[in-house]
Amino acid sequence: MNKWILMAGVALAAACAWGGEMSVQVREGQLRNRASFLGAVCGTVAYGDRVTVGQRQAGWFEVTGTPSGATGWIHESALTPKRIVTGSGVDDARIGASGEEVALAGKGFSKEVEAEYKKQNAKLDYVWVDRMLLFKIPEAQLVEFLQQGGLVQ
Amino acid sequence: MKTRPWRTATAAALGLALAWALSGCETLNQLSEGITSLTVASGDLTEDQAASINRSTKAVTKTFEDITPEQEYYIGRTVAATVLLGYQALPAPKLNDYVNRVGQALAQFSLRPETFGGYRFLVLDSDEINAFAAPGGLILVTRGLLKCCDTEDELAAVLAHEIGHVEKLHGLRAIKTGRLGSALSTLAVESVKTLGGEQLAEVTKAFDESINDITGTLMNSGYSRRLEFEADGCAVDILRKAGYQPGALISMLENMQANWQPTRMDFAATHPPPGDRILQLKRRGLAASKETSAARQKRFDAMLRSL
Repeated sequence: MNKWILMAGVALAAACAWGGEMSVQVREGQLRNRASFLGAVCGTVAYGDRVTVGQRQAGWFEVTGTPSGATGWIHESALTPKRIVTGSGVDDARIGASGEEVALAGKGFSKEVEAEYKKQNAKLDYVWVDRMLLFKIPEAQLVEFLQQGGLVQ
Repeated sequence: MKTRPWRTATAAALGLALAWALSGCETLNQLSEGITSLTVASGDLTEDQAASINRSTKAVTKTFEDITPEQEYYIGRTVAATVLLGYQALPAPKLNDYVNRVGQALAQFSLRPETFGGYRFLVLDSDEINAFAAPGGLILVTRGLLKCCDTEDELAAVLAHEIGHVEKLHGLRAIKTGRLGSALSTLAVESVKTLGGEQLAEVTKAFDESINDITGTLMNSGYSRRLEFEADGCAVDILRKAGYQPGALISMLENMQANWQPTRMDFAATHPPPGDRILQLKRRGLAASKETSAARQKRFDAMLRSL
């Protein structure tokens, strides 16, 4: 009986560790043609997208079954096993009842809460926060920067 | 059937722990419920015992680790905006671009290269020697800190240390236990709809308290020595993977040691003495390094000349 409980636990663990589906937990994720930041970008995925994960290599997952049909490698930090739910009420109740782990998008500490907080703290200014968020350097340029600096081959 | 509840409960707990360790994902509740419902069906646990195990696993899950990357992003935005109440941004496009190139390249070699909004860096117009890493990857460094760097590798060491704080969720850890439980659990039971009056007020209060906990740590008390040493450890790993000199972290700390004044309200107030951090790093077999490449030195000098 004890052995059986242990095996059930391992089976459940196996089901969630290998294969199966995960969700994109970042605003925008890049799929690459190999398990490295130096690989070429071959597709993108968006927040909440559900993907099928296959092989895992050095912290990267090979993913398929993306909404756009693109396949490729993405870093594990971009994914979560939780289903990300944006809220049509009825669907959430069904998912919640099945016991699946969900993450509520746009809830908890959200844009709405930031707006409310700002009302209460009139001196706060997000202008430079919004500006700095735009300072994104395209990945290809980061690779070039590393190469020019003699940092990677 | 003879029941041996304690042996069964122990086996369930061990199986659960093993399964959780193997899975590496956050489905402790799911596994707990799965296993306890199996054991109830087999007659080895009573319903009460099963409910008690489930309740206690749910109780452990309202911590900083339950904050999603999206929520972390919003926390980070307001932490950064709060820091910016005390400092002006330096509107120097070329310098900010350069710092972002170094920083965003480094972030790719962290164990957590992807955050909701990504890693972004901003130089602050202040002669103070300081840096602030907001949860989610918004990292602010003063002009004064940049002036302490002699090479691009030393600048990279500073940025990698800040990335380490984000990687290991040190900012979120500063949120006192209890802040998150009441407000965020409301959402778990309610259907997902726009928050109305009372709920919004409750969550905003939790947000306010969380922001204060984090900025208080960033700007006044500082992180514990253990977390600072941990961020230094991350920095070494990131520097090495990116191809920078890991020893540049020690030489940077030696620069800061020369500027060390415990009474000043800058990094001295919020960090352990550089000497202690140097000792920890030397224990890992690391040595100071002022080495860099000609190309890196050239672009570093060109950029920092404006300071």
